[in-house]
Amino acid sequence: MTIATALLIGVVVVLTLFFALRVLLSRRVRGGRKEGSAPSEDLQPDEAILSGDRRTFLKVVGIGGLSVLPAVALPAVFNSEAGVASTESPATGPGGRIRQWTMIIDLRSCDGCQSQDSPPKCTTACIEGHLAPEPMEWIQVFEEELEGGGTRFLPTPCMQCQNPPCVNVCPVGATFSTPEGAVLIDQERCIGCRICMAACPYDRRFFNWSDPPIPPEALLADYSPDHQIPATKGTVMKCDMCPDMARAGTLPYCSQACPNGAIYYGDLEEDIATNGREIVSVSRFLTTNNAEVLKEHLGTKPRVFYIPGHGEAVGRDPFTEGREPTEWPWVQRVEGSQTWSR
Amino acid sequence: MAVGAASGRVPDVESLREYERRLEETTLRPVLVTSSWYWVLVGVLLAVIGVGVYAWTTQLDNGLVVTGMRDRVAWGLYISVFVFFVGISHAGTLISAILRVTKAQWRTPITRIAEFITVVALVCGASLIVVDMGRPDRLLNVIIHGRWQSPILWDVLAITTYLTASVIYLGIPMVPDVAYFRDRMASMGHRTRAAFYRFFAIGWEGLPGQVKALSRAVGVLAIIIIPIAVSVHTVVSWIFGMTLRVGWNSTIFGLLFVAGAIFSGIATLVIVMALLRRIYHLEEYITKVQFVNLGYLLAAFTLIMMYINLSEYLTTGFKLEEGEEFLFRQLFLGQFAGLYWFYFIGGLAIPGLIILFKRTRTIAGIVTAAVLVDVAMFAERYFIVISAQRVPLLPYEPFDYMPTWVEWSIFAAAIAFFILLIAVFVKIFPIMAVWEMVEERKLLGRDGESAAPAPDAVRGRS
Repeated sequence: MTIATALLIGVVVVLTLFFALRVLLSRRVRGGRKEGSAPSEDLQPDEAILSGDRRTFLKVVGIGGLSVLPAVALPAVFNSEAGVASTESPATGPGGRIRQWTMIIDLRSCDGCQSQDSPPKCTTACIEGHLAPEPMEWIQVFEEELEGGGTRFLPTPCMQCQNPPCVNVCPVGATFSTPEGAVLIDQERCIGCRICMAACPYDRRFFNWSDPPIPPEALLADYSPDHQIPATKGTVMKCDMCPDMARAGTLPYCSQACPNGAIYYGDLEEDIATNGREIVSVSRFLTTNNAEVLKEHLGTKPRVFYIPGHGEAVGRDPFTEGREPTEWPWVQRVEGSQTWSR
Repeated sequence: MAVGAASGRVPDVESLREYERRLEETTLRPVLVTSSWYWVLVGVLLAVIGVGVYAWTTQLDNGLVVTGMRDRVAWGLYISVFVFFVGISHAGTLISAILRVTKAQWRTPITRIAEFITVVALVCGASLIVVDMGRPDRLLNVIIHGRWQSPILWDVLAITTYLTASVIYLGIPMVPDVAYFRDRMASMGHRTRAAFYRFFAIGWEGLPGQVKALSRAVGVLAIIIIPIAVSVHTVVSWIFGMTLRVGWNSTIFGLLFVAGAIFSGIATLVIVMALLRRIYHLEEYITKVQFVNLGYLLAAFTLIMMYINLSEYLTTGFKLEEGEEFLFRQLFLGQFAGLYWFYFIGGLAIPGLIILFKRTRTIAGIVTAAVLVDVAMFAERYFIVISAQRVPLLPYEPFDYMPTWVEWSIFAAAIAFFILLIAVFVKIFPIMAVWEMVEERKLLGRDGESAAPAPDAVRGRS
């Protein structure tokens, strides 16, 4: 967008510096000769030699100065394809309005799959659906202490911030906001600097520290930031809110897999969301149930909302005396094993 | 002529020539004579660099998994060392630019050394960024897809500009000295070497017009480079300051980093100049004056650093927002307490006291203080980078980062590369600004009443 401006500013700054130096230098030489600060010597005889030297000298200084130019102007020159990596064209709802995907997690219905006697189904389904490399858990479930004692379970996908700190700091536009409101990562552009991980206040980003295991079926996938398959070494990954699945008319893996229907997914624009069993009006559902977002004070404006609760709707007792904190099976899994194998 | 009367140590023209000749011989000696110890040093350094290169190839093969970094602490030793190196690169700017602009004359014998440090430290720092990248093969994406909104791009711009400016600022004032080398090499029959120096001397003949152009250019560069240098470490701090993390989310970070940069820059300069002085017998030119004055600057900066620390930790600690308590506990009492208190006591308080007392304000004392400051500033960079990332942002156990042998090897290689580049530099280029030192002497003479010495005293062909 600002190609021309950036170029112009770069050129103007460098040229100004160059000519300023030039004028200063030439004035100095002339002034110096007029004043004749070295009267005991013969006045400089050979004008040609003098100006020749000066020219060489200036050339060196000038070329040095100009070498800054590429750094100033190059991104602007190359940036013709804009800062954002390509995705599918956005999904539209009634009246041609662009869908604004949202996720609502009803903590009243989340018992961390304790009643299922299994690791959280949302996490495992997400890992298998996205073929996410070990040990990433894009939607990770934490057991959190409550103010009055006892605990609750907190599934944490990427918050899909509308003021995303990660997008703001990315040097190459590899992570970007889509018109549908999701924050995606283009692993074909990511340089692995990890400043987005430093910037994310929810710690919802994961890095391919080594060559990720690629299951055979992943090789058949057509890579897109919408599903991030196959994974690439040295790049960042995270929950992508499954925009490709939503466009195709299905719910994300996590929502589909939740045995208690705690994860609603929908469209803010059409004001509708579903957990696969019931359909709710997003605005009424959020307001009447006192929905919250995580770390609201940071101003990141997440698209993932939480209905406060501790699993009471599915009969979970937050106070279980003497219970050890939950540890998911794969924490002890041997190194090198693959989460996606089933 | 009759200038000696004004003050005892003002030289006349003849002793000025003598002084210049001696100075030139001194600067030429490292280039002509190389002891076997030098080759031993180079060999050791190359070995250390070799280990680092091997470690890096391991990392390229296996990915960053060979480091101690993981998702919770995604930046480690590499970034700390990068910050440290960019910090010590401020040595050159302070000594040659700020002190030049303020006309502090004792600085001239050490300007060249300071500028070496600047250029070399920037090269080392910038290479560590590439080492830290997950995809160094995509380095050019920064240029192809660069977004000016990102602090990383600010860094790329600031550091490339600073490097360019520093190279120019190193090269331009060196022109007359290189021209002398060129003439000497030609007269000794070293044709290739003479040609090499001819390139860097860009046609210098010591003509009055050239002298004026040169001093003007140096004056302009000295002023231009100050804001560039300040901006460099400011935007380095903004890599951290632009995040919402407890411990980084601070408005004072730019100031803290720039002050720390100049602080560690002075310390590094003191160490390097003490070594070169010892090795190449520069005692006549680099005297106690330089050490004491740099020591005073160092002492002043210990107070500035303490003030900024107080300002940062009191304003956040007083309010104790979410996560701050965790940060404070690990910083002052927990796993970073050793580093922090070493930094505060060993790196700020003790060096300040060493310089405060006249008995310890000796060259040895000041060098000791400088070593303490450098180590402490490295510790500071390390705990600033790591401790903030260790604060859990969601209900999970904090992750303990520990660098692996790969990171330590690359760290050692970076230091070795720094020393090696300086060692190579010393063997090629004049280590002191002969031209400026002679000018300075001449000015001392002119302060008396004599007319300016003949311009060819600056340097004509002999």
